Amino acid sequence: METLINAFFNTSILRETAPYLWSGFLMTLLLTIVVVPLGLAGGLALALLSTVKFRALRLALIFYTDFFRAFPPLVLLMFIAFGLPFTGLDLPAFASVALAFLLNTSSYYGEIFRAGIESVPRGQLEAARSTGLGAAQTLAYVVVPQATRNVIPDLISNTLEVVKLTSIASVVALPELLYAARQAQSITYNATPIIAAGIIYLVCLWPLVRLLSRFEHRQIALH
Amino acid sequence: MGKFADTFLNWEVMAQYAPKVLEGFFVTIQLAIAVVVTGIACGLLLAVARTFRLRVLNFFIVAAVDVMRALPPLVLIMILYFALPTVGIKFSGFVATWLALSAILAAFSEEIFWAGILAVPRGQWEAARSTGLGFMQTMTHVVLPQAVRLTIPPLTNRTIAITKGTALGATVAVGEILYQAQTGYSFSYNPSPLTLGAIAYLILFIPVVWFGRWVETRFAWKR
Repeated sequence: METLINAFFNTSILRETAPYLWSGFLMTLLLTIVVVPLGLAGGLALALLSTVKFRALRLALIFYTDFFRAFPPLVLLMFIAFGLPFTGLDLPAFASVALAFLLNTSSYYGEIFRAGIESVPRGQLEAARSTGLGAAQTLAYVVVPQATRNVIPDLISNTLEVVKLTSIASVVALPELLYAARQAQSITYNATPIIAAGIIYLVCLWPLVRLLSRFEHRQIALH
Repeated sequence: MGKFADTFLNWEVMAQYAPKVLEGFFVTIQLAIAVVVTGIACGLLLAVARTFRLRVLNFFIVAAVDVMRALPPLVLIMILYFALPTVGIKFSGFVATWLALSAILAAFSEEIFWAGILAVPRGQWEAARSTGLGFMQTMTHVVLPQAVRLTIPPLTNRTIAITKGTALGATVAVGEILYQAQTGYSFSYNPSPLTLGAIAYLILFIPVVWFGRWVETRFAWKR
C-alpha cells in the first residue's frame, strides 16, 4: 500500500509538479474554447450546405464527411503537423491542432446538425415561408433553432469526445494537460503527475458523463 | 506540382516503406478485432450483470463505466503503459492499447446495452416468465434479442469511433499503421510514408464508415 501511495499519490511530487499541471490544464481549457466553437460552426455550415438542392455539392459534402470520419484524428494531426511544413506552410503547434480538429470534428458535428435539420417537419418550413420569411430567415429563425434543440444530447456527447480528444495534441508537443503530466513524470521519475492528470479529466468531465447517461436512457426508451 | 508529388507521393520512398506499412495494416486489423470482440463481450456481460439488481455490484459497474467514459483514451493508455510499470506491472504497448480501448468500448457498450434492456417493455418479461422460462432463459431468448436490435445503430457508431483509436497505439510503440508510417517518415525525412499510412487508413475505414451508414438506415428508429 505504501509503495502504491508513493508511486501514484505522492503529495510532495504533486506539490512540486502542480504548476506544470496547472499550466497544462489552462492550455487544455484554451484548446477546448477554441476547437469546440470552431467545430460547431464548421459542422453547422456543412449541414446548411447539404440542404442546398444541388446534387454535386451534396455528393461532395458526403465525400468530405466520410473522408474525415474514416481518418483517425491522430493520423490527421500528424499529417498536418509533420507533412504540411514540406509545402512551406509551417503552422505553429496550436494552429496545426486547431486545423486538424476543425476538419475532423466539423464532419461529426455536421452529421449531427444534418440529422437535426431533417427532423424538423417540412410543414414548419412551408408555414414559415408562407408567412413571408425568406429562405435564410426561415433557416435562421425556424429550422436551425428547432434542429439544434432536437439533437442537443448528441451535440453534448460529441463535445465530450472533442474535449477528451484534445489530449492527442500532446503528440505534437503542445503543452496541454497530458503533455505536461508526461513531462512532469519524466522529470520526477514518478507516476503521480499522470494519475493527477487523469483525475483532473475525471473531475471536469464526470458531470457531462452523468448528464449524457440520463439523456441516452430517455432516447432509447422513447425509440 | 512536380515538387508536391516528389514530397508527398515519392514513389521511391513509398516503395521502400510499403512493406512496413502493410505490416502495420495487419497489426491494426488484429488490434481492432481484439478490441471489438473483448469490448463488446465485456459490455454485454456487464449489462446483463446489472439486471441482477445487486446494489453493490451495480454501484461498481456504474462507477467504472463513468470513469472509462470520462477519461481520454490516450490518458488511459499512458497510465497503463507508463504509470503501472512503476509499481511493477508491465504491459507491451499492444496489450496496453488493447486493454485501454477494450475497457472504454466495454463501458460505452454496457451503457448502450443497458438502455436497450430497459427499453424492452416489462410485459415481455412477465409474459416470458409466466410461460415457465427461467430468468436467464427470458434474458437470452426474449429480452436480449429485442434489446440488441435497438442498440445496433448507436453501438456500431461508437465501435467505429473507438476502433479508430488503435492509431493511438503509435504513441506507445505498437507497430500499427501510424507507427510504421511515422517511423518511415523520420528515417526518410519525407512525408510520403505518412501519405501511405493515410491511404491505408482510408482503405480500412471508408468501408467501415459506409457500413455504419447502412446500419443506421437499415435499423433506423421509428420516432
